[in-house]
Order: sequence, then C-alpha cells, then structure tokens
Amino acid sequence: MVSEQDVSYVADLAHLELTPEERARMLKDLNSILAYVERLNQLDTSKVEPMAQVSGRYGVSKDARPGEVFAYAMRPDELRPCLPHDEAMSNAPQTDGAFFKVPKVIEK
Amino acid sequence: MNLNTLTVNAARTAVLEKQITATSLVDDFYKKIEAEDRAIGAYLTLCKERAQRQAERVDKLADKGDALPPLAGVPVAIKDVLTTKGVRTTAGSKILDNFIAPYDATAVARLEAAGAIVLGKTNCDEFAMGSSNENSGFHPVKNPRDHSRVPGGSSGGSAAVVAAGTAVASLGSDTGGSIRQPGAFCGVVGLKPTYGRVSRYGLIAFASSLDHVGPFGKTVKDVALILQSMAGRDPMDSTSADLPVPNYLSAVGRPLTGLRVGIPKEYFGEGLDPEVRAAVENGIQELAKAGCEIVDISLPHTEYAIPTYYLIATAEASSNLARYDGVRYGMRSREAKTLSEMYRKTRDAGFGAEVKRRIMLGTYALSAGYYDAYYLKAQKVRSLLARDFDEAFAQVDVIVTPTTPTPAFKLGEKADDPLAMYLADIYTVTANLVGVPGITVPCGKSREGLPIGLQVLGKHFDESTVLRTAHVVEHALAAPAQTGS
Repeated sequence: MVSEQDVSYVADLAHLELTPEERARMLKDLNSILAYVERLNQLDTSKVEPMAQVSGRYGVSKDARPGEVFAYAMRPDELRPCLPHDEAMSNAPQTDGAFFKVPKVIEK
Repeated sequence: MNLNTLTVNAARTAVLEKQITATSLVDDFYKKIEAEDRAIGAYLTLCKERAQRQAERVDKLADKGDALPPLAGVPVAIKDVLTTKGVRTTAGSKILDNFIAPYDATAVARLEAAGAIVLGKTNCDEFAMGSSNENSGFHPVKNPRDHSRVPGGSSGGSAAVVAAGTAVASLGSDTGGSIRQPGAFCGVVGLKPTYGRVSRYGLIAFASSLDHVGPFGKTVKDVALILQSMAGRDPMDSTSADLPVPNYLSAVGRPLTGLRVGIPKEYFGEGLDPEVRAAVENGIQELAKAGCEIVDISLPHTEYAIPTYYLIATAEASSNLARYDGVRYGMRSREAKTLSEMYRKTRDAGFGAEVKRRIMLGTYALSAGYYDAYYLKAQKVRSLLARDFDEAFAQVDVIVTPTTPTPAFKLGEKADDPLAMYLADIYTVTANLVGVPGITVPCGKSREGLPIGLQVLGKHFDESTVLRTAHVVEHALAAPAQTGS
C-alpha cells in the first residue's frame, strides 16, 4: 500500500509539488493501479532473464557476437556539425545570449 | 475531386497527369479543414507556408515533366509528437505550448523528400499518454464517424483526419496501441511497424523501448506506400535497424494460399464485445476462403501484458519527461524564487493529470526498495511475453485478433477511471513489448454504425506479410475510402 508519505517522497523525487486534491487523488489511483499489477507475482520468474529492449534480439544473425550486433550504430569519433548555438538557444525561456539563465541555485 | 475518397496514389496521379496542381490541391484541403475541422478538433497547428512551398516545388517538377517521387503532391498530417523545423510542436502538452522545433524528425523529412506535403500537426493525448484523446492539453478530438464518441488515442487526431478526409494520410506514434486503437475506432488503416524499422529521431520520447512511428491511411496500399518512404536505417537513431527495406507494395495483392494464420484464444475471451467478435470471425473466414490455414494457438501470458506495460512504460516515461524543467525550452513558471521551486512549479503547471499520474507511478516503480518488485519483475515478464510470440511464430506466419475489445466509446465514459482506460489497449500493448509489427484494418461495423478493426500481427521485420494479409481482409470486407460523417 502506498501511503501519504510515499506520495510526498515520490513527488519530491519527480520534482512535482501537487495540490492537496491532486495528492489525495494520486494516493487512490496509485493504490488501485498497484493492486492491479500485483498479478505479476502469480508468475515464477526466478529463472527468467529481464528484457530491457528488443533491438539486437530480432533481425540479427544468430552467430553475431554481442559487440557485432550493434556495430552498425558506431561511427568514427570525429567532429561533425551540430545544431548552431543560436538555434539551440531559440526556445530558451530566459537567456543572456550565451547561457540559459535560471533562478538562484543554492538555497539557504 | 472528392477529397473524402482520395488515396495516396490517386492524389499523386492527379498531380502527375495535371488534373490538378499540388498548389490548388493544398488550397482545397485547407478550405475543407477550415470548414470541417472545428467540429472535430483534429488539428492543433496548420503550416500553410511550408505546405505551399512544398506544393510549388512539386508543381515545378511536374511542369518540367520530371519523374515524380512516390508521394508527390500527397497532403499529409503529422502527429504533434514528431518535430517539424520552424513549426510549433507541442506533444499535446501545455508545457510545450510555444515550442518551435529546431529540426525535422527523420520520418517527416523522408516523407517530404518523397514529395508529400505536410498540412499541419494533429492533436493527441499529452505526450501520447492516453487511449481517447481526452488527455490532450488543448482540447479533445471527436470521432468523425460519431461526434459523441472518442476517436481513440493517443494518435486520435491523426486517425480522425484520415477518416474525415482532411488529409490523405498521416503519421502517428504507437507506444501501446496508439496507432492501431484509434485506427480501429475511426475506421481507417493504421500500421505499427517493427521496432527499429522506422527511425524515431525527432519523436518526442514517451517510453523509448516501446515507442514506434507509423502511418495511417484509407487503404492498406496507402500505408504500404508511406512506410516504403520512411523505413530504413537512420544514423541519427541508434535503434533503427541496419536491414534492407523490401518492396512493400509488391507484396500487397500477392495470394495468401497456404499462409498459416494463428488465432490466439486469449484474445477472444471475456470482455470482448459480441459484435466485435462476430466481425473479426467474419474476417478470419475470409482469410480461410483466400486459402489460409487457420490455426488455433495460445499466447499464455496475455493477461499479464497490461500490468507489464504500465510498469515499463511509466518507468521509462518518468525518466524521459525529467527533461521538462523550464530551463532550456518550453514553459517556465515565473513564480519561483529558487531553481528547485522553478522545476516543481513549472512541472505542476505544465503537465496534465494523466502525465503526472504516470510520472509518479514510474518514479515509484524505479525507487529504492521497489525496483526489483515492480520494474525488474515487469522486465522478466516481458521476456515471457516475447517467448510466447517466438513459440507462436514457430507455428504460424501471422496472428489475427480484434484490435480493440469494443468499438469507440463515448466521450467522458472512461475519463475518470485510469484502469478502465488502460484496458482499451489490451489487444495492442503486447506488440510494443515484443516489437512485432501490427496493423489494424476495418472489418465491419456495429449495429450503431461504428467501425470495427481487425489486427494482424507478424514476425519481426515481416511487414510485407502483415500488409498482404490485411489487404485480403480489406478487399473482402471494408468499403475502401469510406469517409466523412
């Protein structure tokens, strides 16, 4: 069971504040979703490897060694043009022209 | 020219044969959008200048009598989770309300290189999180077949424009069914390709191991043509596969004699609407008539797919959405005095309820003490789901199921119950967890006249057989290009 303290702790980790109404609703929703996902514990997975993603599992040669599977994704370590500075900064909420500006970082 | 029935090839042919210029075709589409889209709400942003520039380019080619590229003059719409250089790109979220993308997604760039004309960006559930489009940070989309119903989600806008005839075809994204489910609800064709088939460069990330880009069209041939232009290795996306791209169109129309079609019993159990069942069984009979061998199979871990999906998708989302902090782009709360306060206030104001719910669930599932119980457990069950499919595809060539348990539901019907909403994706999420290609094709209508979709799933990188199978169902059962409301 998720508690009110858990909601506060997780909201903190996720950089969310949440209103008292949102916290109450979150408590209810998280508990109902977690009760539903509980059914995964019906399965014995003690001998099963976790699967993080599907690339390299399909469409590749069965004989390929791990390093070879993703060889195509590698490139020489050399400079290439990237997004120009002014374009990279063009959506900045606040900037001094060179850097992103943010409010005070160190809190007392 | 009837825009409601215009297909990809018919649009290109009309421009090629000078029945119409690309420029006036685009004008006609914008007139239709202005007259009809207000009632549906499928578009968030129109990019008229960009469309006109591209149309002029196509017209010049046609004037010179040059060979026209495969999508020349075809007006398309792009889900607003794909970036478009110089055009507002919101992901359906207030937090990106004013975001102007500095580069094009590869899928968009490839369509334009093939001559397609981008009309605008379509509405969707915020960050593609939802099954009804009601989670859009702007406004919901209405189903063009019945305005009291949802178009499905999260690519509801992209499905709706094709159904309404306000674009010839469109692009969507599919993380747990977000192309196939709205495709079924709106009565159009929607394809989620194999993981790695189409580049995700420029796709605003939701859950990176599950996100896919794919097309919507009125016909199977239309989605085959769009896929052809986008598929293939992209150095900008390390997950895009380095495999040759076959000729998809030449596969469509080839006979199905001897093809083994698996029918998984778990997809025809409790919760399946009787009218959907009848329509899909009808589709299966058509495949049998076309010479397919129908094989009963089992995908025994099916009931664990939704809980697995919601743990993995939310865990990945909580990480991907950490970037929205008000520093580099997007909204920033002006009320904050310190940096950490700014993060919180920005995210509180910018994200909607479902996005916050998923960030919270994902953060919880990854947090110390719960990682093994939730996230790692889900990854292990994902292996079992992959094994189910490996074993099934040792016996059969394709798998046929309903796309959704019911036809389109009413606006508001499930809006307050996240679990009920998640179950709308019960037949689609597994393909994302396992990475196999899947298509939805219309196979009939309910008594109320609502479209019903049949899903074909195939082996990894075997879109050709998926398209070929769907085409036979379409040919037998769907009134092609049946659009408008």
